[in-house]
Amino acid sequence: MGLENEYGISSAQNTDPITLSNRIVFAYAKHVYPESNIRWDYDVESPLRDARGFDMSRADADSSQLTDEDQVIPNLVLPNGARFYVDHAHPEFSAPEVLIPLDITKWDLAGEQIMKIAVTLDAKEFPEDKIRVFKNNVDNKGSSYGTHENYQMKRSTNFTKIVAGLTPHFITRQIYCGAGRIGIGQESENNGYQISQRADYIEAHVGLETTMKRPIINTRDEPHADPKVSRRLHVIIGDANMSDFANILKVGSTALIISMIEDGFVDFEEVNLMNPVGVVKEISQDLDFKNNYENNRGKNFSAIDVQEWYLEKSKAYLAQQGYDDNSRQVIDFWEQALSGLRSNKEDLADRIDWIAKLSLIEKYRAKNGLSLEDDLIKSLDFKYSEITAEDGIAQVLKRNRLLKEYLHPMEVQSAISEPPEDTRAWFRGKSVSKFSKSIAAASWDSLIFDIDKNQSLFRISTTDPLKGTKPLTGEIISQSDTALDLVDSIRKYPEVY
Amino acid sequence: MEQIRGISSNNLDNLDDVDVTFTKPNTKSLDSVLDEIDAVLEKNAEEFVKGFIQKGGQ
Repeated sequence: MGLENEYGISSAQNTDPITLSNRIVFAYAKHVYPESNIRWDYDVESPLRDARGFDMSRADADSSQLTDEDQVIPNLVLPNGARFYVDHAHPEFSAPEVLIPLDITKWDLAGEQIMKIAVTLDAKEFPEDKIRVFKNNVDNKGSSYGTHENYQMKRSTNFTKIVAGLTPHFITRQIYCGAGRIGIGQESENNGYQISQRADYIEAHVGLETTMKRPIINTRDEPHADPKVSRRLHVIIGDANMSDFANILKVGSTALIISMIEDGFVDFEEVNLMNPVGVVKEISQDLDFKNNYENNRGKNFSAIDVQEWYLEKSKAYLAQQGYDDNSRQVIDFWEQALSGLRSNKEDLADRIDWIAKLSLIEKYRAKNGLSLEDDLIKSLDFKYSEITAEDGIAQVLKRNRLLKEYLHPMEVQSAISEPPEDTRAWFRGKSVSKFSKSIAAASWDSLIFDIDKNQSLFRISTTDPLKGTKPLTGEIISQSDTALDLVDSIRKYPEVY
Repeated sequence: MEQIRGISSNNLDNLDDVDVTFTKPNTKSLDSVLDEIDAVLEKNAEEFVKGFIQKGGQ
């Protein structure tokens, strides 16, 4: 699994966001790879392939959907296995592939630190035009930008089962993983606070698009793995989380449900609510969970009811499959969240973003006699997710132990430069950090070595995300003094990558 | 990489401070940070809110 974040970006002199995004990625590139220029390998990307099994013609596609053109944009493969680049008009950190929800959060937090470092480096060159970066998903003027989750799935699982099993989850999980937003409507046409940043931008149930008519279930099908065996489920409905708890629970609950779908453990028809696209927005505005929604048999469910249904099924599934530390943590968080939401949601202000933000807004308004529409309160909404300055409000809360942290800062610090050991991200990260001068390009499933200018490039395909781990390739990399050694050794052991 | 680590630990997060608070139990309430929030909020909130304009993404 993996997590991508497109960050909001602005500067003191209101420079355009594309220029700013380019600046910070270049600033980071110069410091990580002062002597080389590793470009992203687009050969294997196919954003117009659809999980339902058909390709969209390029002529039919909106230009903003075309991400595989080799544009002149900075596009880095980092020593921790991540991709750091400019996507449209945003700096994007795509974290390395990991196996557990806690590691999703660890490298997501490392991504925040990388943004901070990049901005600090940029400020040395442009002291008059300091950049600010925000880990949110809306500007409240009509634009939204994404936080995308990725889950590797078995190709053999029927896509209609994925849609049926995940739709009720994706429309209701916002009650614990929503990031909170002031403003209703894509351009904040109406006043009010809502649970999710993304809800008002969801306009379809199932679809390929990610920049317009955004769907609950995205059908983009670039597996970044053997397409005969795997698909990658690309999830675009989620908000960017500042809270570790929300991040872990968002990914952990979704991964568990995906396992249940793959194993055919349960029939999800029971919680199949009518009109899911409308329900996403209604739940987002129902801060006390008073509304009920009908399934196609006329039975009513609140958002909490649906999540409790999933939780019970997940516990039954784990009772059968066996728990490990990670699934125990996810179930524990899920129970904390739902019992808190049922009894007194204020108790969750130290774990759930939209409640932390709302509680703070209410207390600040009461103290200063301000309305929700006051610009100071609106600025607090953006400022909650600012990560570049030291005074982003979620950071202030974390410093004061008012927003719980589940990873030690030293672990996050090491994830800035170290890849996960248990996926192919290890081989990618270690290769680019040790042999950066001999690598021409890299992607999720390839590394292209340029060892001798008189010879052709050598491409290593890393199609299996579970290979290229430290146990499989650690010795080969540490014993290779040159990129040529590495390529020679890896050719001898095709089973390790 | 050493240089980057240096920047990150000296100028950004003071890790020693964070280390200490990491194990400290939560004794504060949200009310106790309202003054701190006051200090970090925008001096010109109207301009900031109006000026935060992004291009659409994915």
